[in-house]
Amino acid sequence: MSTPYAKLPAWADYGLIPLINLLVAFAVAGLVVLLVGENPLRAAVILVEGAFGSGQGIAYTLFYATNFIFTGLAVAVAFHCGLFNIGGEGQAYIGGLGIAIVVLSFDSTLPWWVVFPLAIIASALFGALWALIPAYLQAKRGSHIVITTIMFNFIAASVMVYMLVNVLKPMGSMAPQTRQFLEGGQLPKLGWLLAEFGLKVRPSAPLNISFLLALVMAFLVWVLIWRTRLGYEIRTYGFSSKAARYAGISEPRIIIVTMLISGALAGMMALNPIMGDQHNVPLDFVSGAGFVGIAVALMGRSHPAGIVPAAILFGMLYQGGAELAFEMPNISRDMIVIIQGLVILFAGALENMFRPTIQGIFASISPGSVGITATKGERA
Amino acid sequence: MEFVDALINILNSTIRVSVPLLLACLAGLYSERAGVFDIGLEGKMLAGAFAGAAAAAVFASAWIGLLVAVLVSVGMALVHGFASITHRGNQIVSGVAINFIAAGSTIILGQAWFQQGGRTPSLPPEGRFGEIKLPGADALRDVPVIGQLYSGLLSGHSLLTYVAFLAVPFTWWVLFRTRFGLRLRAVGENPAAVDTAGISVAWLRYRAVICTGILTGLAGSYMALAQNAGFVKDMTAGRGYIALAALIFAKWKPVPAMFACLLFGFLDALSIRLQGTPLPLIGKVPVQLMQALPYILTVILLAGFIGKAIPPRAGGVPYVKER
Repeated sequence: MSTPYAKLPAWADYGLIPLINLLVAFAVAGLVVLLVGENPLRAAVILVEGAFGSGQGIAYTLFYATNFIFTGLAVAVAFHCGLFNIGGEGQAYIGGLGIAIVVLSFDSTLPWWVVFPLAIIASALFGALWALIPAYLQAKRGSHIVITTIMFNFIAASVMVYMLVNVLKPMGSMAPQTRQFLEGGQLPKLGWLLAEFGLKVRPSAPLNISFLLALVMAFLVWVLIWRTRLGYEIRTYGFSSKAARYAGISEPRIIIVTMLISGALAGMMALNPIMGDQHNVPLDFVSGAGFVGIAVALMGRSHPAGIVPAAILFGMLYQGGAELAFEMPNISRDMIVIIQGLVILFAGALENMFRPTIQGIFASISPGSVGITATKGERA
Repeated sequence: MEFVDALINILNSTIRVSVPLLLACLAGLYSERAGVFDIGLEGKMLAGAFAGAAAAAVFASAWIGLLVAVLVSVGMALVHGFASITHRGNQIVSGVAINFIAAGSTIILGQAWFQQGGRTPSLPPEGRFGEIKLPGADALRDVPVIGQLYSGLLSGHSLLTYVAFLAVPFTWWVLFRTRFGLRLRAVGENPAAVDTAGISVAWLRYRAVICTGILTGLAGSYMALAQNAGFVKDMTAGRGYIALAALIFAKWKPVPAMFACLLFGFLDALSIRLQGTPLPLIGKVPVQLMQALPYILTVILLAGFIGKAIPPRAGGVPYVKER
């Protein structure tokens, strides 16, 4: 089979094309802003200022980005194996259940630095378990992982509503959520870190040490994918499952292991809002972060070095979008959902739309860069 | 007597909740049979519901609402087609994008145009599809069982309900008895063969995607113009995904699709009715379990425990002509 598209230089492939796609997505979002009768340029200024204009804004931006780093990594790890884990939402939600069990048992007796590692393990374990059944069904029964993970998102939502309403809710309380965590279940904030840089951050800012955990995880994912044998197998399988089988890589094992890692990363996302900010497990705390992970992984080209900035970009959209909703009466935070959709559309599904044009431009400037000279050489 | 009444009551609400599922499920059937996976049914339904309600509110006409709903849904289906057929993008990614765009833009535009917190204005009677009384329904009302079934269950639905159930045999006929249907199924199984026969794979898939758009537009119109009197934010509430589950449950066949939708609709109707009341033998069933049951059943089916669901072979794979 012929490859549909010729190769571009790496910087164009990883830098230029995502940038153009992103700009188009924002341009279309600007049209929507225009359609509701607001000035898109002013909206963009408010958005960026709201996200980066103050220490408080930056703290919120990074807080949201923490969620998206976790879910983005989860999607990316699965992508490398050729799997589409659309179930980050459900895995993170169930991860919250693991955290609830650990924290509610230990928060009155143990300090946070003992509870935190336990909660990391519990959230990763529960997230991974929620990914296990879809992974098993894909590996052994060939049922499409996209469909099963979608179904598991809905099942997770039902399970969590049941658990919160019937099991975890304290007696006499009306709100479907756990009791407030005590000291041992609250993670230290990171506001002081930003204060070191001379930024003003109020103690209420939710940025907490799970942001550092997210960065560590990004590094570990890089090590896993590009520096270990398992990562090599994952990439081989994702590149060509036939070649992997021929090389003696066990197909069910690689699918299941990859999905367990992916689910664990998604599950850990729950640490940030639950232990870092809310200090209880409420309904719907994931609120779409699992899906944002898809956009983040697509934009970051499934590489941690791309995922972290992409997650910060989406953190900026979330935080700046909240400011935007204050300033412009016609725009609510749902604007972010549109932008998210457009980014997924242009950076994901339509990523090849501008490629032929760019290739044409590159070919006319320097034929060597797109491999045209090689074909000439063959002919000669 | 009371039992018959209760039964008719619950079957009636089953039909009402099944109609949008059925229309969306048939919509997915056209697209997936042609080899284009579509998890964007939810988004297209939502966009159709919003566009239909908005147009019906402005023009005070259900028919204009229906027309606009179908146009908008087809437009979104064409975006999906453009991404996944013309540009060979990932069909799942494109579907996710459509869902997001629909979810966000219906709220933003609704708020900007009508200023009612994302709702559209409540529709007047001429802006909705009213209930149609079948001939003789009133006269037969008192005849036990048969008359009750006729007047209570078959009569008194909106036009779109009858369209939805007529679309089932129609879809069967199109897919299995026409040349277009044969080619459509072929392009989902082996596009290279269709291409060899000199038929355009892209154009066939585009037509399939347009059919999907029309049917999701009808599904959205039903929700906004018949079931309710207007659009409320996020009104599809996951029905697009249940329709997808039903499609798999029905193994991509039209008549089983109808039964799958009725089954899932029945579970929904039952869960509303049984809220809090204990069942004999089983005891009290949590509402959440009933709500999750369609998804659980689909997963069990996918696991191969109730027959095997084999998707169209070329599903999800963009067609690249070999050079």
